[in-house]
Parts: sequence; C-alpha cells; structure tokens
Amino acid sequence: MTRTTVHEAPVPVRAPRAAPHPSGTATRPPLRYRIITATLLTLAAIYFLTPVYWLIVSATKNSADLFGTFGFWFAHPRPLEYLRDVLTYDHGVYVRWFANSLLYAGVGALAATLLSAAAGYGLAKFPFPGRGAVFNLVLAGVLIPVTALALPLYFLFSSMGLANTYWAVLLPSVVSPFGVYLCRIYAAAAVPDSLLEAARIDGAGEARIFAGLGLRLMTPALVTVFLFQFVHIWNNYFLPLVMLSDSDLYPIQLGLTSWTGYADRQPELYQYTVGGAFLSVLPLMVLMTVLQRYWRTGLTEGSVKA
Amino acid sequence: MRGANRTRTWAGRPARPVRHTRRPRLTRTEARNARAAAGFVLPFLALFLLCFIAPIVYAVHQSLHRTERTGPLGLGGREREVFAGLANYAHALADDRFLTGFGRVLLFGAVQIPLMIALATVLALLLESASARGVTFFRSAFFLPYGVPGVIASILWGFLYVPGISPLVEIAGSLGVHVDFLARDTVLWSIANIVLWQFTGYNMLVLISQLKAVPDELYEAARIDGANAWHVARHIKIPLIRPALVLTTVFSIIGTLQLFAEPMVLRPLAATIDSGFTPNLHAYSEAFVSNNQHVAAAEAVLLALVACVLSFGFLRLVGRRDEGSGR
Repeated sequence: MTRTTVHEAPVPVRAPRAAPHPSGTATRPPLRYRIITATLLTLAAIYFLTPVYWLIVSATKNSADLFGTFGFWFAHPRPLEYLRDVLTYDHGVYVRWFANSLLYAGVGALAATLLSAAAGYGLAKFPFPGRGAVFNLVLAGVLIPVTALALPLYFLFSSMGLANTYWAVLLPSVVSPFGVYLCRIYAAAAVPDSLLEAARIDGAGEARIFAGLGLRLMTPALVTVFLFQFVHIWNNYFLPLVMLSDSDLYPIQLGLTSWTGYADRQPELYQYTVGGAFLSVLPLMVLMTVLQRYWRTGLTEGSVKA
Repeated sequence: MRGANRTRTWAGRPARPVRHTRRPRLTRTEARNARAAAGFVLPFLALFLLCFIAPIVYAVHQSLHRTERTGPLGLGGREREVFAGLANYAHALADDRFLTGFGRVLLFGAVQIPLMIALATVLALLLESASARGVTFFRSAFFLPYGVPGVIASILWGFLYVPGISPLVEIAGSLGVHVDFLARDTVLWSIANIVLWQFTGYNMLVLISQLKAVPDELYEAARIDGANAWHVARHIKIPLIRPALVLTTVFSIIGTLQLFAEPMVLRPLAATIDSGFTPNLHAYSEAFVSNNQHVAAAEAVLLALVACVLSFGFLRLVGRRDEGSGR
C-alpha cells in the first residue's frame, strides 16, 4: 500500500503506445510459454498439496486401515465417528489443548499487536532523544533467533518461578520486534502529522488521539502484525516444550507429540494423532487462504521503499 | 501522559523554537514529545527487556559459571555457583557431537537454502507471468504449508516416510524401487524436504510482494524492445528483487541454525537421529537430559553468536536502512 516504486530502472521506459491494445492480450506470452508455465505450476501444486490430501484421506480411517490400506485412497470412511473419538479421548484433553492454543495465539497476538502499535506509533510520531537507539534495538531484536533465546528464557523464568505457567508462554509471545518495526514504518507513512495537530488543537489527549485516529489509520498494518504473530505463536513448539511440564497447559502441537510418544504402546494413538493433526490444521488453513491477500510480508515492506 | 498535553497550543513540529546555543535542557516541545513517547514505547520496551535482553544477559552469566556441590561425593549437600571462566565454552567446543551437529546444519543450509530460494523465485516469476486464471489457486496452494506448524508437518511427512504406512514407499516399491527416507544418509535430506515444503510458499510471497512494486511499463518496454520472458526475468526482475532475495536467504540461514522441531519429531522413527543431531537439539538435551544448564547456556550463546554474525552480515549487505527519523 505504501510502497513506492523501485528506483533506477535499467531499461528506458518508452512513451505510451500509440494504439491501446485490448487489455490482457498485449503482453500475453506465446502458447508454448503458457503451456510450460501451467505444467510447472501444476507439478508444484501437486507437491505442496499431496501431504494435505493424505491427511484428509487418513483422517477418515481407523488404525487398522491406516496401516493396512493404500494411503492415497479412502477405505470405509467414517470421519465423524473418528474425529469424535479424537475429541473425547482421555476426558477431552484434545479440546483443552486446542483451547490453550487459541488462548496463547489469540490473546498473545492481540496484546502483541496493541503493544507494537503503540510502540511503533510512539517511535514514528514523537521525536525524542534516544529514538534512533531504541529503534536499532528493536531491529536487532528482529534478527535474534528466538530459539536461541528460549533456553535462557526458561532458566530465567524458572528462577523467577514463572516456568510451567500460562505466563511462561504468553509473556514472550506478546513481544514482537517485527510488529514494532512494521508499525513504525506504517505509522510514519499513513498517519499525517497535520491530523494529529488538528486533534491536539481540539484538545484531545495523546492517548485518545492514538486510540481514535492512530489505530484506525494503522489498521492494515495491524492486521498483518496480528496474523503474523498469531501464526508465529500457534506454530511455536520450542518455547512451550521448554517451558511447560504440566500437560494441562500444553498447546496442541505439544499435546500431539506427546501422543506420538505413547503410540508404541497404544496404537490407536496413531489414528488420534492423524485426526488431531487434521483438526488442528483446518482453522489455520482457512485463515491463511482467506487472509493471504492481506498478508504483507513484513521486512520487505520496508526494504522495497527506496 | 494525560496531564502533559493540556496546555498544548502550538504544533508538534513548529518552525523550531528558537534554540539557545548550548541547549542545557530539552525545549518544551521536546520534553512533551519525550513524555508522550515514553507512554507509548515503554510498555513494549519493558517486556522487550524482560524477554529479549534479560535472557541474553542471564545466559552469558550462566555460561561463565558452574555449579559446585559441597556434599560428600558431590551428592546432596549445598550447591553454589562459582565462576568458571570459559570452561563451559571449552566443554561445548570440545564436544564432537555438538560440532558435528553444527557442521550438519551448515551442510543442510548450504544445500537446502539455495534450493528453496531458487524454487521460490521460479514459482514467483511463473505466477507473475501466468495468465490471470488459476493464479489465486496456485498461490494459495503454495502458501498453504506455511500455515502448517513444523511439528504437524513433521508428523505428516513422518507418516509419508515410514515404510508400512507411506503410500510413497509403496508406490516406489511397486515400481521396483527401494527407497528408505529414514536411512543414515538420507534422513537429513528428508528433513530438508519438510522445511522446503513448509517455507517455499512463504518466501515466494515475499518475492511476489516485491515484484509487484516493479512498474508494469518496465516489462512492456522491455518486451517492445524484443526481450523474451527469460530475458525479462534474468535482466530486470531478478536484479530488482535482489533485496528480497537477500532477506529471505538470511532469514533462512537463521532459521536453519535453529533447526529443532523436525528432527525432534522424526527421532522416534529414525534411529540415526541422536540427541546431538542439531546444535539446538544438543543444547536442549544438555539442559534437560544431562541436567547441565551451564553448558546449555554456553551453547545457546554460541548459537546466537553465529546467528548474529550472519544477521549483521545481512545488515551490511542490505546496507541502507533508514535511521530513526520519521521519513
């Protein structure tokens, strides 16, 4: 949205064409290219979709069929019954894990978005001493590998008595240096100073101006930050693995791997793992497919700007 | 923050209030700005310090200490921390398995990253040049795996690798080809495939977003000049998306160094994945299996250091990043 075009075109730009071509056909590549393109794209799609297809097929099978029938085709599908088994196994622990994941990702991403919005807005709109230093610190945070942080964070949190609590996963999740980075870039471009001044002259306080004007103008960036952080927290495995020992606090990924750990002794857990994986992937896939057009891919947003 | 702005009458960026030459204190505007900024930035900054800076400081501290037990035979008794110098680092660096894990991950990255970035670039270019129909479908299909958590992806592919369940092994077998995805020499590349599957679509989307910033007239002009699709891609598109290529590459490097979930999940299936398969796995087992937090801290610091060296390499490569000013 706020992209500016890339500088220094290496090829001279021609004057507008004399006669307007019918749209679409002017630059259409020859048939040969289109066939090659379509073939390659189809092959890639097969590669990316095959495991998903396998998952869908396998979620309709019981343990015996999972091992005994061809993986890419259905056998006695009874999906509802098997998925109900997943949900009710062990007093519905799966539902609990799912709710935990929703809590971690939902609350975490929401808080992260608000914190990032405020910090990005503050960095963009108020010149203050040390602003450059703070921004550089945030930028360094973007580049620190979070997994390298997880173990030290555990040592720290366990010395503070925070390990193995909801906070142990939630607190680190609400810190998104990337979110601050994006919000700062976006606020600088999309929130006009003159509007803020007008609001100030009208007597509005800074907090109200931020809530009423800033947040509204920054909405597209906030959607991106929320999505990015939601997926990030939902997919995070190392942090909860390190932090949590009580299986009631597990997010879904941790729960499913604990099932695969027992599957040697209880083969039906293979089936539950597959069904559970299917159920857990469903909401995020829908979310990704629907929202990918709003998905601004972060740092490049900054690097594209000349 | 609230009280700070009651008496505000003039603009936040006025034609600079006349400034004393020495400027011993902040001007009124600057002081007001600083107070307001503090209200916005401090909540984030406090948590950032707790979750990013403090662990680093704590890890460095731990890595320089060791636990001394004073009871008989080192059992029971009191524990206390004593300064250990670089002993933990020496211990980590003398550990063959830790170093082998590092080497394995670097080899992994050297093969997997170029492959993934090349595939992402090809797919991005193909999608950009394809006729409109189907583009949305293909883009969604390629991006979909990014929404599948690493653990789930590993479980999924694990089933597709294990003989007895895997339809892939079955199909290959019926064609008379014996494949073993989990053998000593192949398991690393089976993991590479999982990572490739997951992240190619994401990288592709990053590249597409930068491709979209290239003005269409540029392509038109090139085509009128007689350039074919290949020339346009080679001489216009790829140079223009170079920043995005650098970016995705460096993030892939950082991601590769942290490789954990995939080998962890495949471990029960593949006997050749040991607890030192990747540096991260090694640090994890030092901390929770060997109960040796200090060495684990040293390994985490080493891991972060290597990643940092590469990160700053990236910053130098990309070069221009705007300073704190509001554009």
